[in-house]
Amino acid sequence: MVYNVLWLQSGGCGGCTMSMLAAEAPDLLTTLEGAGIRFLWHPSLSEATGAEARAIFDDILAGRLPLDAFCVEGALLRGPNGTGKFHILAGTGEPAVDWARRLAAIARHVVAVGTCAAYGGVTAASPNLLDACGLAYEGFYPGGALGASFRSRSGLPVVNIAGCPTHPNWVTETLMLLAAESLSEDDLDPLGRPRFYADHLVHHGCTRNEYYEYKASAREPSDLGCMMEHMGCIGTQAHADCNTRAWNGEGSCTRGGYACIHCTAPEFEEPGHLFLETPKIAGIPVGLPTDMPKAWFVALSSLAKAATPERLARNATSDHVLIPPVTRVPRRS
Amino acid sequence: MSEAATRLIVGPFNRVEGDLEVRLEMEDGVVTAAFVNATLFRGFERILEGRDPSDALVIAPRICGICSVSQSHAAALALAGVMGIAPARNGQIAANITLATENLADHLTHFHLFFMPDFARGPYRDRPWFDRAEARFAALRGASVRPMMQTRALLLHVMGLIAGHWPHTLAIQPGGFSRGVDARDKIKLLAILSGVRAALEERLFGTALERVAALADPEELSAWRMHGPEGDFRLFLEIAADLHLETLGRAYDRFLCYGAYPGGGADGAPLYPSGLFAHGLEHPLDLEAIAEDHTYARMENRGLMHPPFMGSTSPDGADEQGYSWCKAPRLSNEPCETGALARQVMDGQPLVRALVARAGGNVFSRVIARLLEVARVLIQMETWTKALEPGAPWCVPAGTIGTGRAVGLTEAARGALGHWLRVENGRIAGYQIIAPTTWNFSPRDARGLPGPLERALIGAPVQSGETTPVSVQHIVRSFDPCMACTVH
Ligand code: SF4
Ligand code: SF4
Repeated sequence: MVYNVLWLQSGGCGGCTMSMLAAEAPDLLTTLEGAGIRFLWHPSLSEATGAEARAIFDDILAGRLPLDAFCVEGALLRGPNGTGKFHILAGTGEPAVDWARRLAAIARHVVAVGTCAAYGGVTAASPNLLDACGLAYEGFYPGGALGASFRSRSGLPVVNIAGCPTHPNWVTETLMLLAAESLSEDDLDPLGRPRFYADHLVHHGCTRNEYYEYKASAREPSDLGCMMEHMGCIGTQAHADCNTRAWNGEGSCTRGGYACIHCTAPEFEEPGHLFLETPKIAGIPVGLPTDMPKAWFVALSSLAKAATPERLARNATSDHVLIPPVTRVPRRS
Repeated sequence: MSEAATRLIVGPFNRVEGDLEVRLEMEDGVVTAAFVNATLFRGFERILEGRDPSDALVIAPRICGICSVSQSHAAALALAGVMGIAPARNGQIAANITLATENLADHLTHFHLFFMPDFARGPYRDRPWFDRAEARFAALRGASVRPMMQTRALLLHVMGLIAGHWPHTLAIQPGGFSRGVDARDKIKLLAILSGVRAALEERLFGTALERVAALADPEELSAWRMHGPEGDFRLFLEIAADLHLETLGRAYDRFLCYGAYPGGGADGAPLYPSGLFAHGLEHPLDLEAIAEDHTYARMENRGLMHPPFMGSTSPDGADEQGYSWCKAPRLSNEPCETGALARQVMDGQPLVRALVARAGGNVFSRVIARLLEVARVLIQMETWTKALEPGAPWCVPAGTIGTGRAVGLTEAARGALGHWLRVENGRIAGYQIIAPTTWNFSPRDARGLPGPLERALIGAPVQSGETTPVSVQHIVRSFDPCMACTVH
């Protein structure tokens, strides 16, 4: 069985494709082949260009080529004034948003790749001259280019592989699950994200967890401490498995020394405060872990601060380990 | 093609980054005029206005997923300029390594995924090299495609190790870098680079990078084509000679470089110098002479030139005169070409200088410059990595930003990238971006002067019956365009 994928890009940066090309163990082509997934057309990967590409679109619309997954990367642009002319699909004279609506109507599965296609993302940041939105969401609210009640032919809503960018394996694994008929509506979270990665928090497995426990905090970029208190990290609230699933070998945002800005969430582009600075009221961070009562957080963190080992306090504001953990050698009996 | 003048609209143009359409006018089997249309508008300059300047570190990289690090680098440099700070030395080197990683990944993607697959297609079935080209480069299945993607993924481990991830790392800061590198990281970086080196030496070049980097004149290149080491490079030389790629896609031969990898060369100089190379001579870069023209862009404020500190980005959706969302940047009112070729020419790389002296910027010299740069930059990355100093600072504290202006200039894989930042009372008052492909794929200006690609397409041969002329595809892709950046 071949699972046919058509991939279009609209108002985005192409970064989710670029990220996906770096899939590993096995590489992207091997992974897709092994799962019987075939690109009917992909803007970066396919041979067909110009008129040949348009012929493929025509074949799909006419039902001559079955469309299993219609993937969209990038936000859908409805402006100016509802015309969609901020993005005409090159060579066709027609707005990309119209193409997306027509193709979504006949696809077995519709997949939004990246936060732009899912919810609008950075492309929809204010002032949103473009009237950009996601396929089936407009920020947090259902709607978007396809409308709140949209269901693809399979009955599934749009699958939102949110992330800015997406981890390569969020995309390949979602497509593989869809191709294997192993992704049901129950496997999607309330925002349409595959739960296999969205039911985790970035905070899980963060290498700075010990600093977090004692509120031993980073003050400047390159410091080793937890970045929640001062540097804008919202990994305690962010839905993604970034710290338990490596990026590009052994990376993640927090391992790279900068805040998690919750790029898998709707409206992450408008946090209402500086991205890289933690907003505080009376010295207490505003964005506390979602499932923790504030009073407890305050009580626990002042206790933890009082108990912070010297090692963590000093290392937290250094770019390398100043005080190593103690090595105890048991005395010979 | 018949005698009559014909028009052709080519699109969607794939295997370029983003959305591109080209309108061609042809007569007697050659292109007589070309109009390049970036069909997508995004408006990041407007998104940045009014925000806290530090937000640019998050927003600007998201202009482009193929060169997000260069966007981030330009933003950090502009911010550092307004703050009046200079990055910590370690941080500067780490930023260069990060940028070099992206540029290298780009060059590999471009050559194997975007450019070479065209030679594995129907129109070339009769050429003596076709079977080998198809075996190696056919889109998605060529024997060089998969190993290259694995090599690229390995190279991007540099990002995972020091920059968190790619694209859209936030590691590059105005004061340096967000992550220190310790002795183990250094060794691991060198291990990654040696893996990449081994793969490129095996398949792409068939020999040591140093031999490629040392190529000094066109005769050596011909010798390589005849009896050089087997590899993708040699096959490209053979194809290029057979198809006369050197006669295809010449533009104005005015090459612009902002200077690449600050502090990455000898004595604190950038690795590749800034400047303009025109009429066979180097000229210093006069930033004040840069301005954008909106005459044929779908942008308001048509009547005047826009020096970037005073520029505007007001899309005109009802417009009929404009034919692209791309503005037309000019240096002293002249269009300029930018990219790996411009960098290597400015640096005085002897082979590239000789190729440009012989036939200017063309499909062949653009690709050669890119491949030479792959070898040169990878060697340089090893040197930089060894120069990292665990224990010394990575990032100096950020300064305050009240009011001020600064420009952040860097080089993306595809050429000169500038962010012009104006801050008033702690908020971004103006943010104008001129991306490399904005230079290369600019529309006409008030004088009617075509942009570099528009110029390069004139004279491209069109075979009878071609709906998407293959020569046009080679020329377009030889620039390694990024349309996402172009229209930012
Ligand atoms: S840096 Fe962020 S993700 Fe890591 S421990 Fe602190 S709050 Fe959690
Ligand atoms: S760590 Fe946070 S900001 Fe970074 S990729 Fe994961 S979810 Fe996005």
